[in-house]
Amino acid sequence: MDISGILIAALLTIITAATPLLFAALGELVAEKSGVLNLGVEGMILLGAVCGFAAVVFTGNAAAGIVAGALGGAALASVFALLALGLQASQVATGLALTIFGVGLSALLGQDLVGIAYAGLPKIALPVLSKLPVVGQLLFNHDILVYLSWALLAAVVWFLSRTRAGLVLRAVGDSHAVAHALGYSVLRIRLFATLFGGACAGLAGAYLSLAYSPLWIENMSAGRGWIALALVVFATWRPWRVLVGAYLFGGITIAQLHAQALGVGVPAQVMSMLPYLATIAVLVLISRDRGKIKRNAPACIGKAFHPSS
Amino acid sequence: MPIELSRRPSPSRAMVYLSPLLALGITLTAGMVLFAGMGVPPLAALHAFFVEPLSNAYGWAELGVKATPLLLIAVALAVGFRAGVWNIGAEGQLTLGAICGGGIALLLWRSDGAWVLPLMLAGGVAGGMAWAAIPAFLKTRFNTNEILTSLMLTYVATLLLSLLVHGPWRDPDGFNFPESRIFSDAATLPVIWHGTRLHLGLPFALALAAAVWVLLARSLVGFQLKVNGQAPAAGRYAGFSERATVWFCFALAGGAAGLAGIVEVSGPIGQLLPAISPGYGFTAIIVAFLGRLHPLGVALAAHLLALSYLGGESAQITLNLPLAVTGVFQGMLLFFLLACDVLIHYRFRWRGYGRGRGRIGRGHGGRDGRGRGRRGHGGRDARRNLEPNPAAA
Repeated sequence: MDISGILIAALLTIITAATPLLFAALGELVAEKSGVLNLGVEGMILLGAVCGFAAVVFTGNAAAGIVAGALGGAALASVFALLALGLQASQVATGLALTIFGVGLSALLGQDLVGIAYAGLPKIALPVLSKLPVVGQLLFNHDILVYLSWALLAAVVWFLSRTRAGLVLRAVGDSHAVAHALGYSVLRIRLFATLFGGACAGLAGAYLSLAYSPLWIENMSAGRGWIALALVVFATWRPWRVLVGAYLFGGITIAQLHAQALGVGVPAQVMSMLPYLATIAVLVLISRDRGKIKRNAPACIGKAFHPSS
Repeated sequence: MPIELSRRPSPSRAMVYLSPLLALGITLTAGMVLFAGMGVPPLAALHAFFVEPLSNAYGWAELGVKATPLLLIAVALAVGFRAGVWNIGAEGQLTLGAICGGGIALLLWRSDGAWVLPLMLAGGVAGGMAWAAIPAFLKTRFNTNEILTSLMLTYVATLLLSLLVHGPWRDPDGFNFPESRIFSDAATLPVIWHGTRLHLGLPFALALAAAVWVLLARSLVGFQLKVNGQAPAAGRYAGFSERATVWFCFALAGGAAGLAGIVEVSGPIGQLLPAISPGYGFTAIIVAFLGRLHPLGVALAAHLLALSYLGGESAQITLNLPLAVTGVFQGMLLFFLLACDVLIHYRFRWRGYGRGRGRIGRGHGGRDGRGRGRRGHGGRDARRNLEPNPAAA
């Protein structure tokens, strides 16, 4: 294989490693924009992964797996919505509960799925485009979920910055009292944002179990939900920067694999620490400027809202 | 919805204590439904889960063994949660405690002095504190979210332990298994109940709980923590340092989790393994909330969740249920607790069907999701809402 072939192969693996992060972080970004801080991303990813994998095993249909993954994530998000939005529970505590519960429930549901093999989602080569030199292989020969992640990014950018509904959602996140006074249903909008975030996390999980690995093992998300949460902060709540962050972290994940393959004299565990250490590093870099966080973070993030107050 | 939440004039003290019991009752009911769904007779499952483990003295001792790390960590976490400091990385701090204390045990493998064990315990506390100091420093110096950093460090700590037991600390006579040497007798925590595994850790944990109780109820530090947690503005006005609060909470929780870690490896485990905790650091979060962030309540809750671990093992043996049931139980318990806690500040009121519609457009009567007529769908609608509404006349 020539140099450009190796480079393309490396870039392709970066895309696969980044896709779950992109899904999960975009979903969480929309939820946070509406003022909902859902720390349960890790749990929702795991439930999406197990639901997606189970659906494919039982129906043999990849589309069913993708839908089941999204529904699994959204189902867990609905529990969050019931507690944190409906019953005014602390969002932080509820999110943690969601993760603890999601880890346990996915392990329970998936106990009979361990060891089952799946060929992985089929690659879809786009006509004409995939024949382009270099770019064709790089961008236009992926499975459906990679394309979907890009479409989702474009949709989120368009929705948040170009639509009235996006404006309302941001208003709810920045000042729920004013949005309420204007007659918008704060809780209903937050409910939709939360469910959307859950469905995206579920898609991230479905990608892990149907395309990235593709198999089911307990706790297979390995902290990606938390990295996605950090990515939203890293992106200072802007969708385009989520893309940059996700691919940056995809690159770090892959660098670790390639370094091992090349026989770099560093233990595997040290290389595996890299994504987590990098997460801390970028959080520090972004957070040290208090003003920057304050200007960009939704003002009502994590705050409970009750219509009577 | 025909039911609405209305705020109580003042929080209900009764509900503060009733809510955990209510949550436990609902969890057990939901658990029976879950077991029925899995094709296991519910009552037999509950028996295996909650009665069988405590049917003999050994079981009671094991309860204490499992409750020890939970109590140590949860009682310290509760202090932080009271002050609004979210240390989620106790699992990593526990791991570092085990690494530092266990490292001392391996270093002094040939010595049998009485000072080995105290040195290990001190090393464990120091290791946990050092690991907790990282998020504390990043929080106070760079304003970094402590939830995310402390959690990331948990993954790093687990990998560090794995690195050590796969590499330099692997037992030279251990057939290449990723395990350290078994600790010498001098490095093993004494058993306090002969014939069981109940060790000196439980008295440590109870002593810490008592100390925290005194700290919270009787000291200025405890008062500052409460003020900074419940009314940060008042705390700032009174000159209570937020930085000091963050540092104190992380140091306390890190030290306690580190102690839990070294107590685990020098007690029931007896060596370093790649996995030394079934998630005690995370379960301790549930323990702290279930125990109402009060040391006495935390002590009770620690034993209850210890029982959930024992029950999971027992149900696995007698009914062939997967061990993951424990995690599901624990998660459900926290869910239902958070749900029941709504009753502390709110009460449910039956509002009946059909009302509310008549209020459309009337002044500020629009409850959330009710004031359909007033929702601005477009610029023109929004403007029209500013004009006198004929429906209100």
